[in-house]
Amino acid sequence: MQWEVVIGLEIHTQLATQSKIFSGSATTFGSEPNTQASLVDLGMPGVLPVLNQEAVRMACMFGLAIDAEIGKRNVFARKNYFYPDLPKGYQISQMDLPIVGKGHLDIALEDGTIKRIGVTRAHLEEDAGKSLHEDFSGSTGIDLNRAGTPLLEIVSEPDMRSAKEAVAYVKAIHALVRYLGICDGNMAEGSLRCDCNVSIRPKGQAEFGTRCEIKNVNSFRFIERAINSEIQRQIDLIEDGGKVVQETRLYDPNKDETRSMRSKEEANDYRYFPDPDLLPVVIEDSFLDTIRAGLPELPPQKVERFQSQYGLSAYDANVLASSREQADYFEEVVKIGGDAKLAANWVMVELGSLLNKLGIEIDQAPVSAAHLGGMLLRIRDNTISGKIAKTVFEAMAAGEGDADSIISSRGLKQVTDTGAIDKMLDEMLAANADQVEQYRAADEAKRGKMFGFFVGQAMKASKGKANPGQVNQLLKAKLEG
Amino acid sequence: MHELTLAEIARGLADKSFSSEELTGALLARVKQIDPQINSFISVTEALALGQARAADARRAAGETGALLGAPIAHKDLFCTLGVRTSCGSKMLDNFKAPYDATVVAKLAEAGMVTLGKTNMDEFAMGSANESSHYGAVKNPWNLEHVPGGSSGGSAAAVAARLLPATTGTDTGGSIRQPAALTNLTGLKPTYGRVSRWGMIAYASSLDQGGPLARTAEDCALLLQGMAGFDAKDSTSIDEPVPDYSAGLNGSLQGLRIGLPKEYFGAGLDPRIAELVQASVKELEKLGAVVKEISLPNMQHAIPAYYVIAPAEASSNLSRFDGVRFGYRCEEPKDLTDLYKRSRGEGFGAEVQRRIMVGTYALSAGYYDAYYVKAQQIRRLIKNDFMAAFNDVDLILGPTTPNPAWKLGAKSSDPVAAYLEDVYTITANLAGLPGLSMPAGFVDGLPVGVQLLAPYFQEGRLLNVAHRYQQVTDWHTRAPNGF
Repeated sequence: MQWEVVIGLEIHTQLATQSKIFSGSATTFGSEPNTQASLVDLGMPGVLPVLNQEAVRMACMFGLAIDAEIGKRNVFARKNYFYPDLPKGYQISQMDLPIVGKGHLDIALEDGTIKRIGVTRAHLEEDAGKSLHEDFSGSTGIDLNRAGTPLLEIVSEPDMRSAKEAVAYVKAIHALVRYLGICDGNMAEGSLRCDCNVSIRPKGQAEFGTRCEIKNVNSFRFIERAINSEIQRQIDLIEDGGKVVQETRLYDPNKDETRSMRSKEEANDYRYFPDPDLLPVVIEDSFLDTIRAGLPELPPQKVERFQSQYGLSAYDANVLASSREQADYFEEVVKIGGDAKLAANWVMVELGSLLNKLGIEIDQAPVSAAHLGGMLLRIRDNTISGKIAKTVFEAMAAGEGDADSIISSRGLKQVTDTGAIDKMLDEMLAANADQVEQYRAADEAKRGKMFGFFVGQAMKASKGKANPGQVNQLLKAKLEG
Repeated sequence: MHELTLAEIARGLADKSFSSEELTGALLARVKQIDPQINSFISVTEALALGQARAADARRAAGETGALLGAPIAHKDLFCTLGVRTSCGSKMLDNFKAPYDATVVAKLAEAGMVTLGKTNMDEFAMGSANESSHYGAVKNPWNLEHVPGGSSGGSAAAVAARLLPATTGTDTGGSIRQPAALTNLTGLKPTYGRVSRWGMIAYASSLDQGGPLARTAEDCALLLQGMAGFDAKDSTSIDEPVPDYSAGLNGSLQGLRIGLPKEYFGAGLDPRIAELVQASVKELEKLGAVVKEISLPNMQHAIPAYYVIAPAEASSNLSRFDGVRFGYRCEEPKDLTDLYKRSRGEGFGAEVQRRIMVGTYALSAGYYDAYYVKAQQIRRLIKNDFMAAFNDVDLILGPTTPNPAWKLGAKSSDPVAAYLEDVYTITANLAGLPGLSMPAGFVDGLPVGVQLLAPYFQEGRLLNVAHRYQQVTDWHTRAPNGF
């Protein structure tokens, strides 16, 4: 049987506000337990929530960026359930009238096509605290620092058809919220978490199959693996004559499998109702106009501009625009170094593999955009060759300063004096007289290959510093002559 | 000294007839001596009171003035008071010392009021007889075998027994006006949003409103002046200027249009109360008011709507009392579920558990539309009735309660009979309107109250009418025997 996979995602993004959504407490990650928990966060008797306008502004930014309807009158509701890290016994969330309605986001697939993913809604809510099971034997600690941190929960339509598409969508959301500056996107710290709804159906069938929800997956890699292992589980189950049961599952990365957490029957009845402590949030058009005017350039526009302004390929433009930091870095390099294609190559290839090797992000890159741009200038004015540039780049990464000082301190300046190159080539050809003779006897096709040998020898003799263009030109003349 | 009203105390302190410390000492002694008969206090804060009294005397000596500077107050025991047990009349919070002051407590302390203690109340403000308190029933000073009303029963009984001139209360369905009526006091429930709810432990958030209880409208005006005002910490608080309530007390009633809703005078009302209400109308007519009959056709649905909305909100508001962070925790919980079940099962009394269950049911999947949504629709209709009525009249007048105070225990086995006692007061909470109850006579030696309702933020009009009425009547000056 041919199976079609159907995936919808709920992404929780922590909004990068200074203070919590309903209290004045700070939202800094990693502080001592319960040092960022005020009376409101503790759910003390008699306390009341006051909405943080900054969270509303950020949610509207997101809504406008995905071309969504904004809930002009949106309402906070209480989601009631008991859990020790939920101080009030209810979470303030949004149900019937969310702040962000239907919108959409385009994702680039690996084959170069663009797919539009629907966003059903996005709503504001408060995060819960954390239960700490490890540090206490026989009891559980509660840390309420995170309680009340603003979350924007972004719910997609079931529009994705593979784990790869799901990951592409999460990456697009990740890039977008970082572009907007509304979430730091730090998945390891839980700033962006994902619940994956997965079902399968026979190819061609219109109705959806029964879905399972995989809770709280927090890395791109785990999202892909969790979905794939869940797909396989469902296929195996059905092909063995079983049935998928609607339930919530957890992904165990160590075993690479999902396991049941609770069934639909065990699910809470959350008894949502409008929170009487908060008034409906009325969003004025003027508020939205101000936000719209202040929106940064977003990934789709940036990709388009990179192609038209810099003549980059669609692929290069997409890669460079995949994060705001990388795009900004690239443009800074171009501004100084001048050659966009050269800059794109260096940022994507050399810098990309360096970052990969170090396992860090571009905002921690050991080579600044200014230094890289400065080095490109030296490539372009023939001070150094592309090959020498790699040596200079490594030195810059090691913290030896900018390109000019490395070139001069290490004596890497390219030799462009025709007389000197001429002399060096004569010596080299004399030392390889046999090969010269073979070259001259060979036909055109063989000569092509053999020419490379002489270039290599020449560069070796000059310790890489001879200008490769000049070497080529002079060498050709000498060998033909 | 215990017979003085707030206004008289203000004059006495201003002309140095006595100091706040002297007054406070005398009243504390009286509380100790008298309160065991009526059980109106849960906590007496003697040290706090004497400290505040001395501080008030010092402020006055330094030239400060103010009607409330050095005057006594006691707070219903759901107003959080820093460092003081704030119990809500519940075993659940018997061990809870509030880590902060409610806005009302802070504002009155700022004005120089002296906190004598925390008054008894129905558990979590759920009740109209003050019999559901963990600290025992409060007795009505007018007849110790009768209830004082509730849920602000302790606040009412303490003032009626002349332990102090004024107290704070809260009113979710009548919990200020009904005990005021049953103990011969003047009690005011302000417009929803007029008084901050910060630090006022919630029963039903969309209905709860704090307000004053005192013997006279004049005293209610003084106290409301100190309590009212916008508070950024309460999102439902309304940023509307607070008028000078005392300055408006003597306004003329000439041409004042009073509406009598025919629904308030139907079956269920004790005819003797109906007569007293009509007598009060006659007095107001003598003062220049014009009276006409009006209709509030949806009033019959008010009690069912209230007993869906209030328990629904309460079921959620009371979820935080889970034995985890504060309040009562059961002994030796086996696991988390056991901790929740027994802490809540042992910490909450029967009426609170009943309302939590009713509210949980009303919000449940499959019932939400039939109960909660429907009740909210009724609420809108009731509000619309009032809006229409206030196009024609300036004030609505009727009985506060259908019956005078009943005997202790008489309705404890029949919750619905007790719920029906709220029939006239609940509509003002559902609509968010201000309402006042004032003394209007006696039936079998038990006080009877008349209720006045006004448009939003017209607390001044309520106080003006009650004050002018109290200038020509003496019901409010009568004291219970032995107090």
